Parts: sequence; C-alpha cells; structure tokens
Amino acid sequence: MFSFELLSNAIVIGILLGGFYAALSIGLSLSFGLLDIVNIAHPAFIILGAFICFIFNSSYGLDPILVGIIFAPAFFLLGTLIYRVYYESFEKTGATALRGLAFFFGVMFIIEVLLIIYFGVDYQGVQAEYIDYKLTFGVVDIPFRMFVPFVVAMIMTLGLQYFSSKTFFGRAMQAVAQDTLALRLMAIDPSKIKRIAFGLSLATCSVAGALFVIVMPIEPSIGRLYIGQVFAIVVLGGLGSQSGTLIAAMLLGMVESLISTFFGPSWAPAVAFSALILVLAIKPTGILGRVGDTRG
Amino acid sequence: MNIFRLSNLRSLLAVFAVASFVFVATNVAAKDPIKIGFSMALTGPLAGGGKQALIGMEMWADDINAKGGILGRQVDLVYYDDQTKASNVPTIYAKLLDVDKVDFVVSGYGTNLIAPAMPLVKQRDIVFMGLFGMDNNKKWKHDKYFQVMPSGPDPAVDFSRAWFETIMQLNPKPKSIAFVAADAEFARTLKAGAEVNAKRLGMKVTYNKNFKPGTPDFTPIMRAINATNPDVIYVAAYPGGAQGMTRAVSEVGTKAVAFGGGMVGLQFAGIMKTLGPKLNGILNYDFYVPEPNMNLYPGVVDLLKRYQKIAPAKKVDLKGWYLAPWSYAYLQILGDAVNAVGKIDHAAIAKYIHATEFTTVVGKVRFGKNGEWLKGRVLTVQWQNIKKQGDLEQFAQPGIRKIMAPAAFATGKVQPFNSLR
Repeated sequence: MFSFELLSNAIVIGILLGGFYAALSIGLSLSFGLLDIVNIAHPAFIILGAFICFIFNSSYGLDPILVGIIFAPAFFLLGTLIYRVYYESFEKTGATALRGLAFFFGVMFIIEVLLIIYFGVDYQGVQAEYIDYKLTFGVVDIPFRMFVPFVVAMIMTLGLQYFSSKTFFGRAMQAVAQDTLALRLMAIDPSKIKRIAFGLSLATCSVAGALFVIVMPIEPSIGRLYIGQVFAIVVLGGLGSQSGTLIAAMLLGMVESLISTFFGPSWAPAVAFSALILVLAIKPTGILGRVGDTRG
Repeated sequence: MNIFRLSNLRSLLAVFAVASFVFVATNVAAKDPIKIGFSMALTGPLAGGGKQALIGMEMWADDINAKGGILGRQVDLVYYDDQTKASNVPTIYAKLLDVDKVDFVVSGYGTNLIAPAMPLVKQRDIVFMGLFGMDNNKKWKHDKYFQVMPSGPDPAVDFSRAWFETIMQLNPKPKSIAFVAADAEFARTLKAGAEVNAKRLGMKVTYNKNFKPGTPDFTPIMRAINATNPDVIYVAAYPGGAQGMTRAVSEVGTKAVAFGGGMVGLQFAGIMKTLGPKLNGILNYDFYVPEPNMNLYPGVVDLLKRYQKIAPAKKVDLKGWYLAPWSYAYLQILGDAVNAVGKIDHAAIAKYIHATEFTTVVGKVRFGKNGEWLKGRVLTVQWQNIKKQGDLEQFAQPGIRKIMAPAAFATGKVQPFNSLR
C-alpha cells in the first residue's frame, strides 16, 4: 500500500536510522578499516558505554549523551591499554589480524559477563525529556528518540572525518594503513599512531552507547545482534573511509526502512545485505574504498 | 555337616561378606541425591525470564529437601546456561543424561529452547516437564511430556482464544485485524493460532508480516500497519520486539481499538518500569497478576514474598510474577508424582501425571493426552491507570492489570485502546 505519507516517513526514519548505524560503525571504520584490527568486541564496548549511561541516568538523572561524552576520554585510555596488550601479543610477533580475532572474542565475553554480574540480565532503559517528544511537519513525524541520536551521530562522524583528513595526526593514521614502512622511515612509530587511533575508536563507543540506549533498551548480550551489521557497513563503505562508512550506513538505514514499510520487515535484512553484495561485486573496495585495497 | 570345618567356615564368611557389601551398597545408593537436570537461559535475550525461573526452582528444591526430599533422597538441581541459543540445548541435555547421569530432566524456559530437547527425550522415552513451551509436542506426540503453561489442549489456538473473546466485547465489534510477529518459533506459532481464531470469527486480515529480532526501530512497521486501517492489532513478540512495538505505537499512534495479544516481556518488572504509562490500554496475555482474586492460589503469595526478598541480591526480576510460581509448580508436579509412584519409573510416573489433578502454587493443574492443560487458563489483561514512569511499585497494586478473561477471574471490562492513553 503506497502513500506519500508512508513514503516520506519511511525516508525520514531511514535517514535517522542511517545516522544511528553510522554512530555504531564509525569507530570500527578506524580500528578495522584503517588499522586492520578485527575488533569483534566493538558492539560490546558500545553496550558497555550504554550501561554506563544507564547507571548515571538512573542514579543521578544525568543526560545519557552528556555521560557518553564525559566518559569518552576514559574509553580512549581503555582503548590504548587494550591495543598495548594486542600489539605485544599479536602484531609485534607478526601474527595475522585473524589471530587477534580470538583475543577480541575473549574481550567481548569478558565485557558481557562483567555486565551481567554487575547489572543483571534484565532490559534497562534511560529517561530523558526529549525521548518521548516528536516534531510534526504536515504528515511527517520526526521522533526525538531517533532525531537526537542522529544529530549527535552526524557531529561525531563528520568530526572524525575532518580529523582524519585535515589534521596531522589524522593523516598519520591514514599513512599507517597505506604504508607502515614508509612511516617508520619518517621516524614515526606506527604502533604509537595505532594505539592512539584505537583509543579514538573506543572513545566513539562511549558516545555510540549513549545513542544506543536512547534508541532502544539494552541488555548485556544485545551487542551481538549488531556484529554482522557494523562490519558490513564498514566493508560496504570502503575500508578506512569515514565518509564511505557514513554513506553505507545511510544506504542500509534507508533500505531497511523502505523495505520494512512497503514489503515487510522480514525482507529488510535480506535486501540490505543483497545491496552489500551487489555493491561489492561492482566495486570490491567498497563505495569509497581505495583502489587496490582488497582487504575487504 | 560339621560347620566348624575350615572349608565350610570360609564359605559362610564369603556369603556374609557378599551380603554385607550388597546391604551397604544399596543403602549408599538409596541416599544418593535425586538429580534433576535442565538447561536455562541465564544469559541472552530470555535471561530475564530464565533467571527468574531458576530462583523459583531453587525455592522448590529447598522446600522439598526440608520435607525429606523425593523418595527419602535429597534433590540436586544440575543445570547449564543455554545462553538463549537453541543450538546449545541438545549437547546440554546429552551431557545431563550421559555424563551427569541425572534421574530426571525438565525443560529450560521457552518454546525455542524446549524444541531442540524433544528428539532426545522422545528417544530416551523419559518424563519431560516443559516450562512455557508453545505446542512443542505437536510433532513428537511424546506421551511423557507435560507442559505447565496454561494454554489449553490446542495451545497455539487456545492461547489467544481469551484475547479474541475479549475484543469481541468491544462495541462495535472489530471486523479487521493486523498481525505482526517476531521471526522466532514461539511468535510464529502463536500468530498461526491467532490467525485460526480470527478466521473463526470472520475477521478480515489487513496486514500479516514478521520482523527480525534486533530490529532497532518499529515505527515503519507501525505506520505500514496503520495504513491498512485494522480495527485491532495482534502482536506476537519477544521482549525486544514487544518493547519496540510498544514504543512505536506510542510515537506513531493508531486508530485500532485493541493492541497487544502475545507480547512476551511486558510481564517483566524491569520492562514495566521502563515503559510506564506507554503500557496503558495494551491488551495482552498473562498468567498471574497481583489482583486480589489471584491470591486464591495456595501458597503463591508467600512464594512471591520469599522470591522478592532474594531477587535484589541476585539482580533478577524484582517481582517474579511471570515465571517464579510456574517454575516452582512444574517441579512441584514432578516431585509429587514421583513420591506418589514411589520409585523412579518414567512410565508409571507419566501415567500418574496423566491421571491426576494436582494442587499447586498456581492452582489446580490437570493435563490432557498431549501433555497440555486439559482446560486453558491464559489470562487476558488490560493495562490501565499507570501514572508514572520508573515506578515499579505502582504495578504491585490491584487495578493496573485488570483481568478481562476468563470470566471466572475478571476484574474489569475491556475499553478501547485510545480511551486509556
């Protein structure tokens, strides 16, 4: 059943959903896309961030986004520490990225178990005045539950994109992905760059966690449902490209919303991942991936 | 015969030694605990229910052991976390039976986690008590399967019968219905049964789709449903989807006069507390609610008081309304049956359970041929008068989940969905 109201609302929700997916994936575009670290625990870190927001929101009434931003430096430090362990255990010995996968599987389970021990297994949510609010323009509704995370996600994603492309350190991160040897010859320690980049990747998890718990309630293992999705978005966007990740997230959000509305929600994942396969078949490096980069 | 001859003495000694050994071994074996094994969702999406159920089961074990156990032997519960993953269940039950050598197995929580155990229990031909399974025995026809969820003899259809009887009390009577269900065995089976009820009442189906678990936003689905203008909306979902649809109908609104049906999770304390007034008007299933007439179940009030003292420290559902009485009851039935039969004989125990009406903490329970309840007792409740978000105690008061059906338990009359929002 087609109508302008349905179409316009599906497009709006698709855009908002795309922004949410971008927030979930942008950190992984750094760790997996640029640094070739298969951080399968990335969604688990997002849920950790979400639970931190929950505890401060329920105990002290703090806004979840504020909590997410406040804890971003702590996640950054955690990221640098985890990378240190990963480097000493795997990268220094020349192990392939896939061997580090087991390490991050372990990290994922540790996070889940700690969350269960501390918070229990029940679903938890946050309260904020804007969550139940919506704007209406004619037949189009914009729920703030999705709109506020979209705005924050855009700021974070575009900020990271600007940082990667316009700052010295951002370009150093790109250089690590392109040619580590050349970087060493320029007297830059690649592992130091990677450590800071991985820290940044985890810092985004703190903010993404805040957005997650605004969009939907959380329980400790819910992150697992998004592992495939975030990796697919990063690959579809092109490894190492934050702009590509944003476009891919928008594409996925839009496809899911339109298919759910007009053809049925059970078709949405199949169509979304078919789009992924189609794009990769035409352009194996992803939407904005670098030519010659076939890591995906 | 001279008994003092050495050879005769040796023979007597040997007989005496063997007899002593048999006597001691028999007594030692007789004092071994009776082991009841099961998998339970202690992590994953259904852990909120699984952990609640486990506490009910542990309370039963404590109670039965305080009374001397089963057949004079203490009861030991042996369990493993199935992580709400069906793929983990077969190996867990194989381990329970072949390695842990349990005397009985009972099911974990929920249709999806019971189904994978059915082939094994059927093959071993053993008694298997089920906890909240939707029609798991339809295919297997196992004569030793007994299910404590009060659906009725045809579970998929009977589960929603009271819901449909309730909506037909609205004026005007609804003529069209939209169905939406999670892509999971329980929800799809429930929806199939509801479709039978809708057809029986001559209702037109305007929308009928499934969604994947983990869907982050349900507003596109809600809008698509509204576009078909159904009179009522039937939702079959697990906690994530139930919350998502509740939020979506709150954001988008609907003209439907009834919304709800088979939404698992709205009965969990944490979810009630989070959703608060968004629940008003929803017409959903339940099994036990703190309405005064439900206190007639013998022992349930005390059971819940004991549960609610333990729950905070264990970080589980603080109220235990949904599962604790039922997980207690399904072991209560097993224990009573074994004690009545007087030995571990699965055929005799199954025969006894089929032939007996049990008095339990959830009232009288009688099973039919297929192991489902002879007469269903699923409640249809309508959420009303919820004022605050984040306040769990308001849900402990009567009048919040008014019982619409069955008539014998009714405490209210159904009202159109939007009139309560």
